[in-house]
Amino acid sequence: MAVYLLRRLLQSALVMLAMSVIVFIGIYAIGNPVEILISPEADQMERERAIRALGLDLPLWMQYLSFLKNALQGDLGRSFVFNEPALQLILQRMPATLELAFGATFIALLVGLPLGLYAGLKPNSFGAKTVMAGSILGFSLPTFWVGLMMIMVFAVQLGWLPSTGRGQTVEVLGLRWSFLTWDGLQHLIMPAMNLALFKISLVIRLTRAGVRETMLMDYVKFARAKGLSPARVTYVHVFKNILIPVVTVVGLELGSTIAFSVVTESVFAWPGMGKLIIDSINVLDRPVIVAYLMMIVLMFITINLLVDLAYSALDPRVRLEGK
Amino acid sequence: MMNRKKAAAMAAVSALVLGMTGAARAQNLTMAVGAQVTALDPHYHALSPNFAVATMLFDTLTQFDADARLEPGLAESWKVVEPTVWEFKLRPGVRFHNGNPLTAEDVAFTIARVPTVPNSPSSYAIYTRAIERVEVVDPTTVRFHTRTTYPLLPNDLSQVAILDKETHEGASTDDFNSGKVAIGTGPFRYVNFRSGDRLELERNDAYWGPKPDWAKVNYRIVVNDSARTAGLLAGDVDFIDQVPTSDLATLRRDNRVRVAEKDGLRIIFLALDHMRKDGSPFITGNDGKPLDKNPLQDLRVRRALSMAIDRNAIAARVMEGAAQPSGQFLSEGAFGYVPGLEPPKGDADAAKKLLAEAGYPNGFHITLHGPNDRYINDGRIIQAIGQFWTRAGLRTTVDAQPWTTYISRAGKQEFSAFLVGWGTSSGEASSPLRALVASYNRDKGYGTSNRGRYSNPEVDAKLEAALREMDDEKREKLLQEATQIAMDDVGIIPIHIQKNVWAMRPTLRHDSRADELTRAQDVHPAAAN
Repeated sequence: MAVYLLRRLLQSALVMLAMSVIVFIGIYAIGNPVEILISPEADQMERERAIRALGLDLPLWMQYLSFLKNALQGDLGRSFVFNEPALQLILQRMPATLELAFGATFIALLVGLPLGLYAGLKPNSFGAKTVMAGSILGFSLPTFWVGLMMIMVFAVQLGWLPSTGRGQTVEVLGLRWSFLTWDGLQHLIMPAMNLALFKISLVIRLTRAGVRETMLMDYVKFARAKGLSPARVTYVHVFKNILIPVVTVVGLELGSTIAFSVVTESVFAWPGMGKLIIDSINVLDRPVIVAYLMMIVLMFITINLLVDLAYSALDPRVRLEGK
Repeated sequence: MMNRKKAAAMAAVSALVLGMTGAARAQNLTMAVGAQVTALDPHYHALSPNFAVATMLFDTLTQFDADARLEPGLAESWKVVEPTVWEFKLRPGVRFHNGNPLTAEDVAFTIARVPTVPNSPSSYAIYTRAIERVEVVDPTTVRFHTRTTYPLLPNDLSQVAILDKETHEGASTDDFNSGKVAIGTGPFRYVNFRSGDRLELERNDAYWGPKPDWAKVNYRIVVNDSARTAGLLAGDVDFIDQVPTSDLATLRRDNRVRVAEKDGLRIIFLALDHMRKDGSPFITGNDGKPLDKNPLQDLRVRRALSMAIDRNAIAARVMEGAAQPSGQFLSEGAFGYVPGLEPPKGDADAAKKLLAEAGYPNGFHITLHGPNDRYINDGRIIQAIGQFWTRAGLRTTVDAQPWTTYISRAGKQEFSAFLVGWGTSSGEASSPLRALVASYNRDKGYGTSNRGRYSNPEVDAKLEAALREMDDEKREKLLQEATQIAMDDVGIIPIHIQKNVWAMRPTLRHDSRADELTRAQDVHPAAAN
């Protein structure tokens, strides 16, 4: 187990290193941040000063080495745009994104699991067919369009929910959370639902497929023959076994929601990390982009690890070994 | 009869309800703006969204009115004492939000601080560079000694927010963002700032100028265009800026919304490759082979390119009326506007004839480049121009790119013909002349955005004379002459001047500004009836 963890950690360090090299070269190839950030009124002297101030006058490899040196001391650099430490900038916006991602995942499981179970147990009923048809819509409708439609219907036409932005926040553990206030929840519902739509469909389909497959297994037949109640067969024997693919996919999905809920965040003007990264890419704010992606890599590696650990808890056949 | 009574009663009730909610929110204003505010430090990043916020919290010595004409700000008056010495008289009795009085020492401190803000990606020092030293004469009189005669000093100082020496000595950009020292003399006081989300302000009851109408202002940053419009329609926000032209037609008809428009200071134009004598990278013969000379060196070809464009069609169809076709840098009324200098009418046949005269009866192949995420409808404008050029017999390919890659390539002279915009923040013609058509010269700071490397000694001479001329009337004449020469020579091809568009609840009105700034003090309750 210890060897296994160590190996994973080493892998992640390598991935992060490779990623930072790619981002450095990529941004260098795209363009010069100073061209974008500088006031058009600035003359050539001011341009040169700005390039020096941001350290962009050095050759790329020297810029990278000095980044690496600072990174090893825990300093990922200051944003070109905001002049704040990149990491701090990201962490400030993390709670907003986390509550959105967890809200969406929560909704997805809450809605998706029962519907998927139902569709799997009664595959030929009218209700199951409706659910499956609906899940195709959830897959295929583009997020930004659904988001805009939701705003049009629930905010503009019906006036039930606020259209955009994050609601009132309360400070817990030094971070601002909005899901603890009524106003905050009202603001959270639409974007979370918007993000959840795709996930709901995913969970429904995975659950249904799992149920259909497991119901035919011998151990289920045996459990039935033993005279166990249908409820016990479904919720203990079937349910536990279908959870493995669901946990894997939901875990990965949670990661990508945290990292890349860019579309939903910009449609709903949600001040989270997704918006930060897209804004940063637009102005080539390299320190923020690098810090962000490094953090995301770290997060994915952690989630993968947690998923693996969850496997071994759910399925006694899985052993974590360092092979 | 019954029905009518009922309807009247309903109307009375709803009027009452509306009136009550109106009264409750009358003191509060929620605005949604489309541009990111990167810092509250007014000297950190020279960027107009930052400056808009700075002018709510702080003041400048001089300032622009809604029509971009200079007016007194913290300085009551100013005059030239000697050719290189300006004297500014400060408004007496002005206090910062923390009660400190404004003195000439604060002005001197401000000028000294501007170039020293660390890590600035774009410094305000370009507006203070002309100043050699600051002389404090008495607490309300300050003299600026400039390196050379410099008539634009009052214009430049309109961009420099004045800070308090006692409060801001040693203050960092972080201290402003956290609110610790976000203390100015401006019409609003700092309440709360969440970067990338919102800025909350309250009225400064001790303000020296006209008191703002709003006790509390919520200045929200909503970058997505549709989200801003939806927020206004849903009633979450009272006021939005940068209304997308695709929504304009609907909003103008919608009686839940009032739209305000104003001719701006941003000219959209095409820059041309003047640098290369033999062959331009994106111009080839019709057979695809490179040409041995650059056709853009020929004035007739440049005229034909300009003449082929139907600017009225672009303004009406692509821009939904939110643009003014233009043949020069500025709109009518601005300092340096040339009366009677109109853009050519779109005329494909005349353009064809000119091209034939220049030796291209069958045209040539040209690629027109432009950004697709920077200016209003930029991608669609170059498509329209491409069609007009094709009609005039030029095989035109259009290539729209994201600004981040585009602008770096344009700055390296990689294109033959390309679309750019220029916002004249000083409101007068020397700014575009100096940046766009003056010969590129590092030491003089000329031609900074002259990406096509146009060069005309006559224009340079007139401009230099204008920048030394202290007499306003003579200076304006020189600027007009320089503009006329550059435009007759088709140094650039102006397309149109953008209109700035805001939208708000019908219960509000807006003193719309030419300089695109969106500020809470310009929004007022509409007068009753």
